[in-house]
Amino acid sequence: MLEIRGLSITYLATGSGVRAVHDVDLSLRPGEVVGLAGESGSGKSTLAYGACRLLRPPAVITAGSVIYRGRRVEPGGVEVLDQSAAQLRALRWREIAIVFQSAMNALNPVLRVRDQLVDVIDAHLRLPRDEAHERAASLLDLVGIPRDRLASYPHELSGGMRQRVMIAMALAVDPEIVIMDEPTTALDVVVQREILSQIVELKERLGFSILFITHDLSLLLELADRIAVMYAGQLVEVASAADLHKRPAHPYTRGLLNSFPSLRGPRRELAGIPGSPPDLRSPLEGCPFVPRCGFATPACLEVDMRLAPVGGSDDQSHVSSCPFVSPDEAGGTGAVDQ
Amino acid sequence: MSGQAPERQERSGGPVAIRSPAADRGALVLEAVQLCKDFRLGRRRDAAVLAAVSDVSFGLYRGAVVALVGESGSGKSTVARLLAGQDELTSGEVRLDGRAMHLDHRKAFRSYKRDVQMVFQDPFASLNPVHTVRYHLERPVRLQRGTKGRAAVETEIVRVISEVELKPAQQYLAKYPHELSGGQRQRVAIARALAAHPRVLLADEPVSMLDVSIRLEVLALLDGLRQQRDLAVLYITHDIASARYFADETLVMYAGEIVERGPSEELTQRPAHPYTQLLVASAPDPDALGSTLRTGTKVSARQAGSALASVKGCRFSARCPLADERCRREAPPLVAIGPRRAAACWRLDVAAPDVMSDNRQEGDECMRA
Repeated sequence: MLEIRGLSITYLATGSGVRAVHDVDLSLRPGEVVGLAGESGSGKSTLAYGACRLLRPPAVITAGSVIYRGRRVEPGGVEVLDQSAAQLRALRWREIAIVFQSAMNALNPVLRVRDQLVDVIDAHLRLPRDEAHERAASLLDLVGIPRDRLASYPHELSGGMRQRVMIAMALAVDPEIVIMDEPTTALDVVVQREILSQIVELKERLGFSILFITHDLSLLLELADRIAVMYAGQLVEVASAADLHKRPAHPYTRGLLNSFPSLRGPRRELAGIPGSPPDLRSPLEGCPFVPRCGFATPACLEVDMRLAPVGGSDDQSHVSSCPFVSPDEAGGTGAVDQ
Repeated sequence: MSGQAPERQERSGGPVAIRSPAADRGALVLEAVQLCKDFRLGRRRDAAVLAAVSDVSFGLYRGAVVALVGESGSGKSTVARLLAGQDELTSGEVRLDGRAMHLDHRKAFRSYKRDVQMVFQDPFASLNPVHTVRYHLERPVRLQRGTKGRAAVETEIVRVISEVELKPAQQYLAKYPHELSGGQRQRVAIARALAAHPRVLLADEPVSMLDVSIRLEVLALLDGLRQQRDLAVLYITHDIASARYFADETLVMYAGEIVERGPSEELTQRPAHPYTQLLVASAPDPDALGSTLRTGTKVSARQAGSALASVKGCRFSARCPLADERCRREAPPLVAIGPRRAAACWRLDVAAPDVMSDNRQEGDECMRA
């Protein structure tokens, strides 16, 4: 569906610039939910926006390719990075839609919900006016908001409702891929849960694929089919949600899994991750996680950060960039095999 | 009015006679007694009144953490603002060491602030962008502690910043807030609160703006400080799982009222009130791996609870699956459902039969003994 290969993105600045995304490979299959996890500044949003060509200077895509294969484009797929402005306009929203972070502020405060939805439909579909209105109304049905809310302004809606309007808007012209950037971060747990189950339900019904970006790994474990963990602009581990939960390989993933208090089961000893992420302005040698890693050895400074199957197998469905620490079945502390 | 007599600690449970699990840690310091705060919606005389906080009572004890859990708009931050003296009470009392506080004078307010300090949610907004870290810490050291002399102030500042584990101290003192990460800013905010040498720390969602991986460290820091300084901590959060790990006692607020309270572990593992049950069911469960989301356990979040003073009955009744006629007519009082637990619900026998039957057995044993 979407295939990102060797994508690198740099924010130009004095000196060598900030290497926000470095050599990332990630694919999204039809109907799949892929989670992208990482802390603030790890480059997860930059990666997603870069793949849609939504970044402005000083951000520059320095290498890589992004191939989009949808039902409505030519069979071989299109290279997103080669598209002209007009071609991109046709691609965005119609094929790849985004639900932006802080949806609370992404709606236009001086336009009614109806006008904002109709705007999107007009720009991409050219329907007669009454049909566009009908479509706007049916979009609200889709996300479970009463139709009379079409006449509301954003400030008249609750946070959860605004978030639902944003999702309705992303789905307005039936896209194949929906990128969701922290869509529920600002919401209460109860509302968050409702919106997530709605997203899952809509996905099953309409059959789009989701790239879900968040810093909350516990959420992804429940929601995603596959999870990619990002650290300092690089992917450090990609695995199915079940594998990642039971057999985390990379020490950073383990740290993340050990960072959130759980509500169920026995109280675990929480470890967290000491230290803070590296400064991406200076070039990094070897693994960027070394200063915070409990397993670090001198060899880590020369390690090749390519993702490789874990535990010496050739199973491409679970890959990690750490060649030294192998996942142990129990999910506790791992042994270093040299 | 005899200071900290044992009877006073009993009463700290408010009108309900339960003993707070936080009382095991140390002496009562700050007490909220039937706090009420109304906001008038609009200026007209007949404007509706929003009871943002109604009849909230609890105690904060030395060396103990009490968590206040609830959704946005449940009134938990208003409780913190009332305790911090930043909002005026509509009725009720805040007692420090058993004495009712009247904070209408500037002088009284300032001396109160020596004992009770607050850490705010957003470290990006709570630090002044045009001042260095040093300035932020120097103010409380000079004003609240009354430290004079450059050398003495400097020692104090360095001490307090090392306490929040920002090292080397000199390097951080010279920085401006924009040069720090979110976690570092929140540490500065905590250091600023500690600089006044308070006995009570009110932490309003201190980690909700931080990354998941950073949250734990800041919570661990707060927990360490609680121990070292024997601080009484109020931890306000919407994340009930963190309350389980961090707090001795958890109070659950809904639409301005405490609907359930008890020892954190017990309350999160066997929630009694339907709202607490909803909160617990909504928390992400990594072990479920999608099963609950996909089977679609629908929770009714359609309608937010109303705290309008004119609304009758239980405020949760509109969302409650168990609500009946009585719930919609009469507001349930907070009643003891165990030696350390209380809940406000008419239908506890249906909502939490196991908790209630345990309670009955314990009650019977007490009667026999």
